[in-house]
Amino acid sequence: MTAVKINHLYKSYNGNPAVKDLTFSMNSGELLGLIGPNGAGKSTTIKILLDFLKPDSGDVSIFGEPMNETLKNLIGYLPEERGLYKRLTAIDQILYFSSLKGMDRLSAEAKADQLLRRTGMLESKKKRIKDMSKGMGQIIQFIVTVIHDPQLIILDEPFSGLDPVNTEMMKNFIAQLRDEGKAVILSTHQMNQVEELCDRVLMINHGREVLHGDLLEIKSNYKEHSVRIDVTGELGDLQGVIQSKVERGITELKLSPETTPQRILDQLQEKGLTIHHFEVKKPSLHEIFLQIAGDHE
Amino acid sequence: MNKTYLIFRHEFSLAIKRAGYIILTLAVPVLALLAIGIGQLVTSLSQSPETEILLIGYVDELGLVNESLDEGYARFIPYASKEDANQALGSYEISTYILIPEDYLSAETIQRFTLENESTTSPAMVGLIWRFLSENLLRDAVSPEVLDRVVSPLNLKVSRVTAQGEQAIEQKSFFNVIIPGIFSLLLSLSLMFGVISLVNSLGEEKESRLIEVLFSSVSVRQLLVSKLLALGLAGLLQVLFWLITTPLLLQLATSLFGGLLNDIEIPTSFLLLGTLYFILGYLLFAVLSIGVGAITPTAREGGQLSMIYVMLSFVPLWFASLLFAFPNGTFSVILTLFPITAPIQNMLRLGVTDIPLWQILASMGLLILSITLGLYFSIKIFRIYMLMHGKRPGLKTLIRHFKDA
Repeated sequence: MTAVKINHLYKSYNGNPAVKDLTFSMNSGELLGLIGPNGAGKSTTIKILLDFLKPDSGDVSIFGEPMNETLKNLIGYLPEERGLYKRLTAIDQILYFSSLKGMDRLSAEAKADQLLRRTGMLESKKKRIKDMSKGMGQIIQFIVTVIHDPQLIILDEPFSGLDPVNTEMMKNFIAQLRDEGKAVILSTHQMNQVEELCDRVLMINHGREVLHGDLLEIKSNYKEHSVRIDVTGELGDLQGVIQSKVERGITELKLSPETTPQRILDQLQEKGLTIHHFEVKKPSLHEIFLQIAGDHE
Repeated sequence: MNKTYLIFRHEFSLAIKRAGYIILTLAVPVLALLAIGIGQLVTSLSQSPETEILLIGYVDELGLVNESLDEGYARFIPYASKEDANQALGSYEISTYILIPEDYLSAETIQRFTLENESTTSPAMVGLIWRFLSENLLRDAVSPEVLDRVVSPLNLKVSRVTAQGEQAIEQKSFFNVIIPGIFSLLLSLSLMFGVISLVNSLGEEKESRLIEVLFSSVSVRQLLVSKLLALGLAGLLQVLFWLITTPLLLQLATSLFGGLLNDIEIPTSFLLLGTLYFILGYLLFAVLSIGVGAITPTAREGGQLSMIYVMLSFVPLWFASLLFAFPNGTFSVILTLFPITAPIQNMLRLGVTDIPLWQILASMGLLILSITLGLYFSIKIFRIYMLMHGKRPGLKTLIRHFKDA
């Protein structure tokens, strides 16, 4: 089922374009990484999606309908910064926001306890937000976002302020939501998080789509003609290698266009070297972004 | 459950738990009780035996005095000469003395001597000397009844009659101004705290992005109307609390001081109209505060900007003396009709005069119209600026955005 569909979206502030001709769609059960540098237009896109902002032109539909009050109960939104009442306790906060999403108190209390337990926050349920660390507040914000079992979840920088353990817990949680059939939009400028979690990526820069598609396909399209090796013995000259550099014990060999990685592997074996590691290098999302951003400048 | 009701319940609970609200609500009766206590203390001190009898000396060079006046709290003591009187004054036997010169009947002047550095003689002292001289001047000339009337000529009471010539029930007096006056001040305080509370709450919600989480669940209209109603109810509860405690405090004060406070009555028309003006005033200021909360990026800036209309609403208090002198003057009528000044102005005015019905209807109509239009425009403004934080739009930008909305 198509969860989100955006067609030719335009939005500008005081004549400065923030989003230019953006078109994409996503289905339920997908985890879409919305990536780009600060000021790329990610937040503006999300705000238009949530109907906080009206676009200058273009269409937005959620589950086949234009945004309306009923649809709000199907959406869970985690903003970039904490959106919680500082003086309220965690549980009061969770129950209030869940009631605004149409949950009755009894089921909200049961679900809140379940989520608090899973996230290791059960003992802090009566703590006020102002007495919590940034990471703890972020977990409460996440619970507020998902407690009502939303079908579309929009997460803006969800790992901000989390320690490695909680980041991992949150990643597993997000992956599970996707597996349960929810549509999840993960907006971040931390591309490594997207690489680990997302099936599809929408990269925007200066308000315009610069990359969109399946993550694996993108990576293979942008793969570099290089191999990374770790061997014991004298490497010597290798045919077809135009550049080599060593970084933390791993040698990266840049190949000439007519050379294949297999040809390099054969040469290493012919020389009788012990091979500990051999890898055809694929670029990281970060490197792809730098390359694309460079091309667009 | 209806989302408007859910937000209303939440906002109301937040509003009445705020320290500022609780302090203000309780502070009024507590301060009144303190004032009564201090009054009682002052009264008991002023009735102490040491200060009960005022001793006034006199030197009668004319031979006017036949009998010395003894009022219980003041006694006149004769002295043969100025030297004797000076000696008595210097040794604190008397607090002051007067000299009745030989040519008093033709020259009128009486000289008073005192150890204190006084710019003028107090009215109480003038009254005592006036009574002492009057009684001695007229004792043999008129009957005791006439003498009493000369000394105390009238006890003026005013009754109001209706156009049909019947005596009306209510009559304005100085004391009737006290309650409306107090309530005008309370309304001012309550409005100020209400405005600050709403602007702060909106500012904090914008600054913390809480507003985004809220708007991902509810509409702008639902949020703002609920806030408005919650704050209005909190304000109304505050007034009801004061209305309940005021008669009790008045009763307590009357039992302690009696006399003048017995004359205080709260007219029914004031209770009804005063409460209506209070509610309308509260709603108008809440609506204005939503607009201000929308266009200002921080709670602090919002608080500063809201002081413009809060101060404007206090204009009737600044010009209260003019209002008491000319309660139906043009200036007074303008303040009655202008929505921002109307609530406080009309509470004050109800204490000193009967406001013509057309003015009451017109002022309430204008208030209701302002609240309705204010709410409509505030929601529009809020929709435009709800996500803005960092800088305040200029007037030109504001007008342009407003036209686009």
